[in-house]
Amino acid sequence: MSISIAVNGKRHVLPVAAETPLLYVLRNDLQLNGPKFGCGEAQCGACTVMLDNDATRSCVFPVGAVGKARVTTIEGLGHGERLHALQKAFLAEQAAQCGYCSSGMLMAAKALLERNPNPDQATIRREMAGQKCRCGAHNRIVRAIQRAAQELRG
Amino acid sequence: MNTVRLSRRAFGKLAVAVVATFSLAPFSEFAWSEPDLPVDLRANRRLDGWIRVDEEGAVTIFTGKAELGQGILTALSQIAADELDVNLARVRMISADTARSPNENYTFGSQSVEQGGAALRAAAAQARAVLVGAACRHLKVSEADIRVEDGAILVGDGRRITYADIVRDEHELLACDIAADVTPKRPSEYKLVGKSVPRIDLPAKFTGGAAFVQDIRLPGMLFGRVVRPPRYGAKLVSVSEASVMRLPGVVAVVRDGNFLGVIAEREEQAIAARRALIEGTQWSADFVALPDVDHLQTALPQWRSEDKVISQAGQDTPASSIAMQLEATYSRPYLSHASIGPSCSVAQFRNGHMTVWSHTQGVFPLRGNLATVLEMPTGTVDVVHVPGSGCYGHNGADDVALDAALLAREVEGRPVKVQWMRDDEFAWAPISPAMVMRAKAALSRDGRIADWNYEVWSNSHAMRPGQPGGVNLLAAWHLAKPFQPSPPPEIPQPYGNGDRNAVPVYDLPRRRVTNHLLPDAPIRTSSLRTLGAHGNVFAIESFMDELALAANADPVEFRLAHLSDPRAIAVVREAANRSGWQPEAKGDGQRGRGFAYSRYKNIGAYAAIVVDVRIERSTGAISVTNVTAAIDVGRVINPDGVKNQIEGGVVQALSWALKERVMFDRKQIATRGWQDYPILSFAEVPPIDVVALERPDQASLGAGECSLGPTGAALANAVANAVGVRLRDLPLTPEKVLARLV
Repeated sequence: MSISIAVNGKRHVLPVAAETPLLYVLRNDLQLNGPKFGCGEAQCGACTVMLDNDATRSCVFPVGAVGKARVTTIEGLGHGERLHALQKAFLAEQAAQCGYCSSGMLMAAKALLERNPNPDQATIRREMAGQKCRCGAHNRIVRAIQRAAQELRG
Repeated sequence: MNTVRLSRRAFGKLAVAVVATFSLAPFSEFAWSEPDLPVDLRANRRLDGWIRVDEEGAVTIFTGKAELGQGILTALSQIAADELDVNLARVRMISADTARSPNENYTFGSQSVEQGGAALRAAAAQARAVLVGAACRHLKVSEADIRVEDGAILVGDGRRITYADIVRDEHELLACDIAADVTPKRPSEYKLVGKSVPRIDLPAKFTGGAAFVQDIRLPGMLFGRVVRPPRYGAKLVSVSEASVMRLPGVVAVVRDGNFLGVIAEREEQAIAARRALIEGTQWSADFVALPDVDHLQTALPQWRSEDKVISQAGQDTPASSIAMQLEATYSRPYLSHASIGPSCSVAQFRNGHMTVWSHTQGVFPLRGNLATVLEMPTGTVDVVHVPGSGCYGHNGADDVALDAALLAREVEGRPVKVQWMRDDEFAWAPISPAMVMRAKAALSRDGRIADWNYEVWSNSHAMRPGQPGGVNLLAAWHLAKPFQPSPPPEIPQPYGNGDRNAVPVYDLPRRRVTNHLLPDAPIRTSSLRTLGAHGNVFAIESFMDELALAANADPVEFRLAHLSDPRAIAVVREAANRSGWQPEAKGDGQRGRGFAYSRYKNIGAYAAIVVDVRIERSTGAISVTNVTAAIDVGRVINPDGVKNQIEGGVVQALSWALKERVMFDRKQIATRGWQDYPILSFAEVPPIDVVALERPDQASLGAGECSLGPTGAALANAVANAVGVRLRDLPLTPEKVLARLV
């Protein structure tokens, strides 16, 4: 019983059952803090990571179904002095209060910009609808995504 | 534990050996002893209990206040760094830890900047005075001859000495009491206070740093989950313990009366075992009869109540020259905290000592209740604050801390992390009480309010751990040897419980305000952001608009005619000006705008809100198209932080008012998941324009709660303005709007 997955550019072989939700493998086996448990029912988006270029709810996605897809978490987006444009934009806009939803927001935003590098505000609001925020940082998050999109387009 | 710097830090590095320098006596014994000192200093006089400087020049600030997502540690670091004349990069914050921090009671009620900030400012001013005094003695100069830059004392002739140099010579310099006559800087001298300093905790949260209690990983840590009764009152009959013990990774099934939990090696194993336990457990058919969720407005005033007149004036003379009388009844439903992350805690029982990491609002009160339930001496229990998901009041944080401690006790030596599942959170975290508000008023012939009579009914909004007469922790009520909840407290005005903000902020020479505290709570209730202020301001400010309409007056002018506090008048005028308020503008049957004003707790921050709406007449759906907020929070510590708090408060209040309602049938809570409890989403959040009036010479007032009451009322007023329909029962759902549009 072992699973091989590529996370943030590194391959791991882990002795876990195939049906284990990806979230617990990321958080507990790989000790990644980014993806968060929010509901366990794919309803809030706190656990969002990317499988290749698609935003995926890791709380219900079995690790055995990852296959050859590359998993990216917020830790793989950027860190330290080498932050991704989205992380820089979230800092510039101070786009959080508690920050519990932030990792999922950033990953969903990354997937959005992969699909659409130049989304208007209405598109961002529609595409981010599945990501819940309770503190009310929505407008800052929208501004941060627009800021990052602009920077990435150069 | 809760240490944050600009760089990421591993939790393991934080266990620096710093011992408590405060007594264990309860906060309240000191709180009123020396009225000249900031209240939080009276219980915590030792200077080195607040501030330490090490031989490298790093400054450690100890605060009893906790980061709830509101940015308080950033604001407090600005205050301390400014008083000490050090750069923010030198400062690290240690917060809310029973082993290390001052006891500042709870982090609640928008009091952290007001009280915690005032205390820290005085402590930091004293520390600077002591350090500078020592430097002057050493350099043989007077204070007039020096200046301080980033912890270095500079003399005009080029000589310098640093705080680090001073403490290297005199280790015990800050081991003294804080003087009662310490003089902080003048506001004009501030360099950091008043600046939009970036939040010190956000870099970790945006990069996957360890920032939350959920992120704690300790060697040998196990994972726990709890199984709650299906409803209030149900008793545990039988448990499929043996079959669950055979599941992969299960370490223990813990049963104590009606408390049931499971511990496993891996988190998903604990979750699977919980599921198996739920399926294999029998509960008795007992239940607590719940009210009809659709008729709370008529039910609440019938319940047993403890009645108190909390404000009255002018009752000796009858109201005269009355032109008309108005009466209206308003209501709001039970509301959920609905934090994104379910409550979580880590506990470890080792060598007779219990350590609990928790996102509680009150580490000291929680410690006391944990010690009682665990039957351990208080000194053998420590509670360390670590942030959790956004905290808007008394949620499940304290309860899950007891859950974790009860499980950890069964696996001595090994830490146990417990996180509630989503349905645990919705069904068992304290719920914010439903409220009914009845307002009657008389208008005089000159269009003024000649008489005001107001009543409010609600269960207690204040059922936190640490209150006398019982133990307010969920699992404690389920144990074989159960504890009883504390009775609801009567909280005096102006703070209030369900009657917070029940006394209008207007000039009402003849008035009578009555609070009906409902002590029998069928639903487990406690504190959610603003307590009763949300319901009361919704009612009072809706009623003010109804009175203005009856008096043929513009809502803004009508309010101004009943206000005399210049700061109140200023925020009302600012909100009107900034939003381009058109006096007596009527809605067009589709679009409209509404106004509301309040001063939080009648002594806190001022907020005036304008809400613009568009009503879809075919569906009754309300779109909020714009919000303008004018506030006065006194001296602003961090302008962007205040703005963020106001924006968040507006969004949360719109969500409450448009969508939210905890549902139950006559036996059990039915709201169990997000499908049952929609909240405002991206596409529904309007542009929000926030302006804070400049009040650099006024004391700081907490910003976290002032916007919520007026936002709900301004929304209802906007709907009434748009379509001429007055809705008095929250939430303002499309069905309710549509039913009245025909």
